[in-house]
Amino acid sequence: MGAPHGHKLHFHGHSWLHRLPAHVKLVALVAFMLTVVATPRDWYPVFAGYFLMLVALVAISHVPPTYLAKRMVVEVPFVVFAALLPFVATGPQVEVLGLSLSEQGLLGAWGLLVKGTLGVLASLLLAATTEPGALLAGLERLRMPPLLVQIMGFMIRYLDVVTDELRRMHVARESRGFSARDPRQWPVIAKSAGVLFIRSYERGERVHLAMLSRGYDGRMPR
Amino acid sequence: MSVPVLDLQGVAFAYPDGHQALHGVDLHVHQGERVALLGPNGAGKTTLVLHLNGILMPGLGSVSVSGLPVTKENLLEVRRRVGIVFQDPDDQLFMGTVREDVAFGPKNLGLRGPELERRVLEALEAVGMAEYADRPPHHLSFGQRRRVAVATVLAMQPEVLVLDEPSSNLDPASRRELADILRSLDVTVLLVTHDLPYALELCPRSVILSDGVVAADGPTADILGDEALMKAHRLELPFGFDPRFASRP
Repeated sequence: MGAPHGHKLHFHGHSWLHRLPAHVKLVALVAFMLTVVATPRDWYPVFAGYFLMLVALVAISHVPPTYLAKRMVVEVPFVVFAALLPFVATGPQVEVLGLSLSEQGLLGAWGLLVKGTLGVLASLLLAATTEPGALLAGLERLRMPPLLVQIMGFMIRYLDVVTDELRRMHVARESRGFSARDPRQWPVIAKSAGVLFIRSYERGERVHLAMLSRGYDGRMPR
Repeated sequence: MSVPVLDLQGVAFAYPDGHQALHGVDLHVHQGERVALLGPNGAGKTTLVLHLNGILMPGLGSVSVSGLPVTKENLLEVRRRVGIVFQDPDDQLFMGTVREDVAFGPKNLGLRGPELERRVLEALEAVGMAEYADRPPHHLSFGQRRRVAVATVLAMQPEVLVLDEPSSNLDPASRRELADILRSLDVTVLLVTHDLPYALELCPRSVILSDGVVAADGPTADILGDEALMKAHRLELPFGFDPRFASRP
């Protein structure tokens, strides 16, 4: 079972940023992201400004920077893609450390990387300072369709249940001598994913049944 | 005799794939009774339970709850009268907090405001979980989640409480605590279980469902003591347990 407070992405605290209403933070995040994406990628000092702003917010929130850094790992596949760009892009070439790289590609990689990193950091900061429940309430206040909010609520509720199930399946596999290092055994992982999908689907049906039994008629009571 | 809380007459049901799960079940449960529904795996117990609140409708026969026939028009009232606690509390508890989850049923019945609040608190107090009202259900222990699952149904003030394997996966202390709670409730109970000592402890009367029919119906101690009957329906007492010497509260 997780920590007594909120979710794994949430860092419990009482800072000004924690106490700010969720819908304000959500709007701020979206506005920030749109601004970052719209900024031309060669306005280097402006990006430094964005970054300093986020650093200041992190400092205010009292969320340890290492806590956020560890969770930045989600960005890795993205970084790999960005790192490939200078090698595959065409156009004028420049010499960097003895490698011939595309100028356009380098600029493209920088743009992707800096915008992606700023976005991920800002989103992590939002997740770290806002309880999932408050986030949903915020979305509701922002007039998000109730059905979508409900679906997200179910996702948060059952994320732990499903990850727990995944962990138990993992333990049961390993206990019977399975090793994920051996590519010949990888099909097993695909099958496990299939089983997990079916189990989750069936759980969805059981949850629906239990809801019907308490008088659910297709609309969430307000 | 008064109108039975549960009145099943000749209930037969076949699943769409053709599997006939129930072959004409007759069962009457009266107000204030606590009845155990016993039977081997695949006997049709769960199918029967889903008939009690109209999730499944019988192909033949009829189901009535306190005189109200289970039909499409009466579904909401039937579901208020029959509270089903499912086996896996994670199926039953799906909201962000315990309080919201317990309020879900009464809200569907149209309750709002202080009346709703009172129902929720009463139900949580009845299962000793009032202090956990604002916690997310997935942060509770399994035994606590099961108790909250009972509260979600109690909040609808049902006339009969149907519990599907309530003692499964509970440690002995949680199992006993749940028994104490069930005994303290002033409500008719139908207990579906494989836990025969639990049936003996809680229910004066037992019904054996086997191959889709009621195979026996009588005092729990007599049924558990009838070796031939038990054997014929794949029911076995735990090692070392003798119903003749079991003390009853």
